[in-house]
Amino acid sequence: MITQTSIWIAVIVSSAACYALKLAGMSIPQSWLAGPRIQRVAGLLPIALLTALVVVQTVTDHQSLVLDARAIGLAVAIALLIARASFPVVVVGAALASALIHHL
Amino acid sequence: MISDPILAYGSISAMTRLPDGERRRIRRDGLSLAFTVGMYGTAFGAASVASGLNLWQTSALSLLTFSGASQFALVGVLGGGGSALSAIATSVLLGSRNALYGLRLAPSLKLSGARKFLGAQLVIDESTAVSIAQEHHGDEGMHFGFWVTGLGVYVFWNLFTLLGALTARAMGDPATYGLDAAVPAAFIALLWPRLKGSKAWLAAATTILLVLVLVPVVPAGIPVIASALIALGFGWREGRA
Repeated sequence: MITQTSIWIAVIVSSAACYALKLAGMSIPQSWLAGPRIQRVAGLLPIALLTALVVVQTVTDHQSLVLDARAIGLAVAIALLIARASFPVVVVGAALASALIHHL
Repeated sequence: MISDPILAYGSISAMTRLPDGERRRIRRDGLSLAFTVGMYGTAFGAASVASGLNLWQTSALSLLTFSGASQFALVGVLGGGGSALSAIATSVLLGSRNALYGLRLAPSLKLSGARKFLGAQLVIDESTAVSIAQEHHGDEGMHFGFWVTGLGVYVFWNLFTLLGALTARAMGDPATYGLDAAVPAAFIALLWPRLKGSKAWLAAATTILLVLVLVPVVPAGIPVIASALIALGFGWREGRA
């Protein structure tokens, strides 16, 4: 189990780094990050990271692969996204579906 | 040349002045987006508490990190048993796009001094989107759209974070209410609008395979960081997006 100190370190360091990135964007010369390669990688970065987070959060428990109520929740979330539901509806829908399975 | 400073100011502001109707429209658009996005803060607050962070840590993230995907990632990795280091790395990688937003906005916002330090914190998806949407109104429209939306999201996001955290704390075991499924649902909702074009889908599919292969063999948190390599691999060479 992770300690409270480690959590605080994660919170503070990531906040400082995220702010530094925002400030750097406002401060550095336009030409530094204008290259098409950097733009392409930067556009794909959230796609890769968010996909990885979806997989990790849905079918893993620490280092093992597991299939439980969360997978049903995710399936419901995807169905709601295809039906063009809004963000709160998607999140609540997935939670309700998962909770329902959990209680069965 | 106009020597009278008041006249000079008048002529400049007449040249760039945003019509009142447009100003109202930008304010309405910006604030309604801010309120809607702010409500996601409830999901974040709840997810954060469900992942084992306390109320102060949860609020500190919304006040200081103030970037939705980075915050969800940090609590997601910590909640999944990842180390502080891998949580930080994932959160910072996701926050890197804000630097590109700042780069895009800086020439129009022209912020300096305290405004720049304050404004930088408000550089997020929504403030950038609303600001860029006002490009046809010139720098003044972009400026106004940025501040209205940025400040609006900041206020609502933090209020709703607190609401979500307090609610989750009062409810108890997260699995009973399906809160454990709320986190991946939030991630996929953030991901969905970005999945445009075959390259994006291919990158996502490759990421799924990579993560499934890595999870059993490397420490928690590492598979997510490793997925950044997919972005590097697919983005390195030019190709149809």
